[in-house]
Amino acid sequence: MGVKLGVPSKGRLMEKTFDWFEKRGIRMVRTESEREYAGAVEGIDGIDLVLLSAGEIPRELAAGRIHMGVTGTDLVHEKLPLWEQQVEEVVPMGFGHADLVLAVPRFWRDVDTVDDLDAAAAAFRRVHGERLRIATKYHRLVREYLTDGGVADYALIDSQGATEGTVKNETAEAIADITSTGETLKANHLKILSDGPILKSQATLWRSRTAPCTPTERATLQQCLDQVLEPV
Amino acid sequence: MDARAATLARAARLKAMFEAAGAKPVDPAVLQPAHLLLELYGEDIRARAYVTSDAVRGELMLRPDFTVPVVQMHMAGGADPARYTYAGEVFRRQEVDPSRASEFVQVGYEVFDRENPAAADAEVFALISHGVSDLKGLRAATGDIGILMAAVDGLETSPARKAALMRHIWRPRRFRGLLERYSGRSPVPPARAALLAGAAADDAPAIGLRSREEVEARIETLRADAATPPLSGLTLSALGALLAVRETMPFALERLRDIAIDLPAITPALDRLEARIAALRARGVNVDKLDFEASYGRTSMEYYDGFVFGFYAEGRPDLPAVASGGRYDALTRILGQGAEIPAVGGIIRPGLMVDLGAARWA
Repeated sequence: MGVKLGVPSKGRLMEKTFDWFEKRGIRMVRTESEREYAGAVEGIDGIDLVLLSAGEIPRELAAGRIHMGVTGTDLVHEKLPLWEQQVEEVVPMGFGHADLVLAVPRFWRDVDTVDDLDAAAAAFRRVHGERLRIATKYHRLVREYLTDGGVADYALIDSQGATEGTVKNETAEAIADITSTGETLKANHLKILSDGPILKSQATLWRSRTAPCTPTERATLQQCLDQVLEPV
Repeated sequence: MDARAATLARAARLKAMFEAAGAKPVDPAVLQPAHLLLELYGEDIRARAYVTSDAVRGELMLRPDFTVPVVQMHMAGGADPARYTYAGEVFRRQEVDPSRASEFVQVGYEVFDRENPAAADAEVFALISHGVSDLKGLRAATGDIGILMAAVDGLETSPARKAALMRHIWRPRRFRGLLERYSGRSPVPPARAALLAGAAADDAPAIGLRSREEVEARIETLRADAATPPLSGLTLSALGALLAVRETMPFALERLRDIAIDLPAITPALDRLEARIAALRARGVNVDKLDFEASYGRTSMEYYDGFVFGFYAEGRPDLPAVASGGRYDALTRILGQGAEIPAVGGIIRPGLMVDLGAARWA
């Protein structure tokens, strides 16, 4: 058994992860067919590549089934309560930048800040008899942020995709989602609240605090960390 | 005896004590309709309750407490007056602190009585206090949300501002922020200033359920608010003084009577506090040693609107209250569909008592 390194299994996030490691002398290749999620590592011995969906990597790190993993800050903070106790941030990797933001219809001239959103929610509840709905898949982060900001009279609606369309479809009045350029929000006639993102996220290399290590694995892990932390 | 058996044995003893005091035992279902609880408490409860669903009954919750089901049961046709007791598990999702229990036993006592609220407050406090009396080193804290509500209600300002303050009584930071804005101490945010100065309307399409009329109505509200005179410095410092009151009960009352010179609207609430102190004394509670904090209960107890209390293990700030309770007249109004009845209740956590007792004897 070797040190297990979890990386995203497809798309741009996978390619950029491979590039990042290659610049640091660790070459990753997907083996056999493109369909099968298996891979190999060259340039360092004793590391097993585990290809996973980025959304599963936080859980695998916390469970100690992988020693290291690449995934976004947003996913670690959303999925792992007390994440600091379960994983350690090794290094932000400088790509996959995205902000978790609150967005409302652009014609809401009266809403610019979280305070405004709260007041609008109170008025909305009086008029419609329902709480103002916010569509998101980041329930924990959004709820924490809104609780902290003293927002009441809202309800979170689960949306696992195409969240920007929920307002037009009238299944939500506002959304909280990840955005990198804001273009999709704009195209859907939404604007971002001005008092800052809920969270700034980027692809990050994490180390599990719970994965068991043999002395050999510990040495391999240290060698790998030394290698990737060396200035490029 | 293991901890679970000890907890259940203690729960049974407490429930028997409440029955002996005249309470009727009730046993609400574990699964409660989620809609009602979410309607009452908002998203916060979703973070704290286990939500599940089935095809027939829709969204359901494992009961996060007994109070709401008991109030519902009572409002649907309970005797008047009535006293209830119950014992059983409640369920709280823990997303942050793994050391907190997700499932624990509560034993409670609830009084619905319109005759003498002060006596009912004292009755619940004294019984709960008696229930935890063999555990040494507990500190009791008391407060009264009704005093702060009366102060807000009596402010010389617009109904809109009062409503906003009332809505955020349970969010102290937000409450303070509003007070600062209403007294002209925090600057108007630039976007708000531009809007009020008549920034041009956006040509973006009106999507979603919130209509353009609602947007314009809120802008009107903001204009009216901008024209509302600020709260006076005197009022603001009186409110600050009120929130800072932290004394033993008789001294707290004396201090609050002084503050009432600047906030006369709190006087009826103080009369109720005075009557409660007398009723507690009549029940044999040593009120001269009992703490009263005007801010107590503002962060955790959203349905309480009068007397609030809790019993805490001294030197264990990591633990939740061993027992807590309060008055919730407004909840009976919301759930009563037109009917209402003054109500007060409290719960004990026998599991915490067993843990603390064991730690003490170890």
